[in-house]
Amino acid sequence: MFGDFDINFIIFGVMPYVALTIFLVGSIVRYERDPFTWKSSSSQLLRRKQLIWGSILFHVGILTVFFGHLVGLFTPIWVLDAIGIPYALKQWMAVLIGGPAGIAALIGSTMLIHRRLVDPRIRVTSTFPDILIMVLIWLQLAIGLLTITQTLQHMDGSEMVRFMTWSQSVVSWNINAWVTVVDVHWLYKLHIFLGLIITALFPFTRLVHIWSGFAAPFRYLLTRPGYQIVRSRRHRPLEERRRAYDKVQAKRGPTATTPAE
Amino acid sequence: MRVRAQIGKVLNLDKCIGCHTCSVTCKNVWTTREGVEYAWFNNVETKPGTGYPTDWENQKRWNGGWVRSASGKLHPKQGSKWRILANIFANPAMPEIDDYYEPFDFDYDHLKSAPDMTAFPTARPRSKITGERMEKIEKGPNWEEILGGEFSKRSQDYNFDQVQKDIYGEYENTFMMYLPRLCEHCLNPTCSASCPSGAIYKREEDGIVLIDQEKCRGWRMCVSGCPYKKVYYNWDTGKSEKCTFCYPRIESGQPTVCSETCVGRIRYLGVILYDADKIEAAASAERETDLYGAQLDVFLDPNDPEVIAAARRDGVPEDWIEAAKVSPVWKMAMDWKVAFPLHPEYRTLPMVWYIPPLSPIQNAAQAGQIAMSDQMPDVRSLRIPVKYLANMLTAGDEEPIVHALERMSAMRLYMRALSVDGVRDEAIAARVGMSGRVIEDMYKIMAIADYEDRFAIPTAHREQNEHGADIRGGCGFTDGNGCSTGEAGKTTLFGGKKKKFALPQETF
Repeated sequence: MFGDFDINFIIFGVMPYVALTIFLVGSIVRYERDPFTWKSSSSQLLRRKQLIWGSILFHVGILTVFFGHLVGLFTPIWVLDAIGIPYALKQWMAVLIGGPAGIAALIGSTMLIHRRLVDPRIRVTSTFPDILIMVLIWLQLAIGLLTITQTLQHMDGSEMVRFMTWSQSVVSWNINAWVTVVDVHWLYKLHIFLGLIITALFPFTRLVHIWSGFAAPFRYLLTRPGYQIVRSRRHRPLEERRRAYDKVQAKRGPTATTPAE
Repeated sequence: MRVRAQIGKVLNLDKCIGCHTCSVTCKNVWTTREGVEYAWFNNVETKPGTGYPTDWENQKRWNGGWVRSASGKLHPKQGSKWRILANIFANPAMPEIDDYYEPFDFDYDHLKSAPDMTAFPTARPRSKITGERMEKIEKGPNWEEILGGEFSKRSQDYNFDQVQKDIYGEYENTFMMYLPRLCEHCLNPTCSASCPSGAIYKREEDGIVLIDQEKCRGWRMCVSGCPYKKVYYNWDTGKSEKCTFCYPRIESGQPTVCSETCVGRIRYLGVILYDADKIEAAASAERETDLYGAQLDVFLDPNDPEVIAAARRDGVPEDWIEAAKVSPVWKMAMDWKVAFPLHPEYRTLPMVWYIPPLSPIQNAAQAGQIAMSDQMPDVRSLRIPVKYLANMLTAGDEEPIVHALERMSAMRLYMRALSVDGVRDEAIAARVGMSGRVIEDMYKIMAIADYEDRFAIPTAHREQNEHGADIRGGCGFTDGNGCSTGEAGKTTLFGGKKKKFALPQETF
């Protein structure tokens, strides 16, 4: 029964679902159950030094890389064919955009890790998950950049298409998805594995602020026309209350006046 | 017209003795927790001085408050919504904790646990953040107490704008006053406008500005947005906190802790009715000196039948309308025009107002020659320059300040005549455009300041908007997590700190 057991099946076939489930369910549970712990955990107040450059480099870099992965991996291959983008061109774009962004993020995260470990104020106020997730992300960036060395050896895009097929098969519930990435270079495999680990750790770390970071522009720009927020404890809108009040006044008005004595 | 009510506040600086009771009682109630040791929801500064955090009034440096664009529109000085979002990774205008001060405590234990030594043991300071030894304490919440430090540093005070300040460094010409500060609970707060999460809000019923601890994500834009620097980032919880105006007390009709415990009886609380539709226009007034007057226009006269009718229609409870009629805040701000907003030029329309202090005449040697009209000193020759007060309270417009100071000295003169000579001198009152009866009322409220006269606080009407059945079995006041304790077995699941809820124990 376990004769043809393959660890690749566990990592690339099962683990994505486990990681994504923990990621989604965990996020919802934390948001609902412990909203007070949902935060970005900024340490800017305690030390500005190294944060301004470190944080901006890291965030801009990693957001570029994140959206690069999102668009790159999940754009259906037939869309590429329809628009007429050659696979090789797409791969060059990935290397040329993702490479510099990855380097920026790596420099930024190196600054942030250094600051977190060396600065006494930041060190003592860091929790274990804070440091763990920083180190994991640093490793992930480094491995991701190292894979470029492999990528440059086959610039025809065939390897990239395999990853696209894999990720799209995973999200479309194709149980055989794992087969497509069985024989890629181990650096890619490690990169995917670590990515799944980070996804699974997501709800238990400060990474939850990413949800809020993506939500903030929508809330701030779209669902809030002006600047101010006033909370009322009234049960109905002011205009409705006014109409109801006017109605009652009109009715009661005459009866309320005292008859002449 | 959209009528809303706010519990406003006035501080009579003429009577502040700088005892810091307000700050200490506030701290004991609200900010003795880890992460906010450095935060003082209420603090008292000695002026002239650069204050806490250092140089907070200088918005060229801190970018707090609003600016009016050429087209007449307002946007936060730190940037409109796009700029604020773009700065979310690192906020360039945010102060560092060293701009407030690094919190510390002393090694008291060393005094009794030290071994036998040749020198007497001392209690040296330790940082409350790192626990490390601090060799030198360079800043505190009240570093310039009673003119501490060199004049060259203190004179960087923003309110010295357009004042020939050099002479005030001389011993004979120096002056000082106290400025107790707390959240202004503005009509047009920049903190809430800057919050990308929408966690900061103003309450419609009583105007209190609060931070929803469950919605705050720690983007820290409020810290830089507030020109008074009265929003504090809690480095332990990762959330921002601010003065709550002691809302649980206000809701039950009690004064805030700082007001309740004020030894000098300088703090007043009362209802102000205002027209919410006028806020934007008032805050956008073209000239900065117009802002004080524009804010007066936002307030609504609680004795005007039209206002009363509109207030009822908009759901202001009857006892709040009655409270507005006897509000000491209304009397001082509107009837007598002796109270002013702090730095109206920030365009936030603050709701904690200040009565400027009288001071001795400038030069005792010249006392005989000083301009006195009918025994009343010319208030422009008082020791505290009128321009200095005007920069603080009216965006530099001296006229309203002079007017208020004259009324206050007339009150003293009138009451002296009444209590020493037994004469009601209506002429004195008439000189400042008042009547003897009004001056006596002013004296009763401002000088005697009985508890009932200082505070006219109607209770909140929970019965109108809460259903008892919904609250039953609820968790009451909790630490931001609803009913969850954040615990999961031995460790915490989502990184919340495990804090034991402990009832005070009796010790014998």
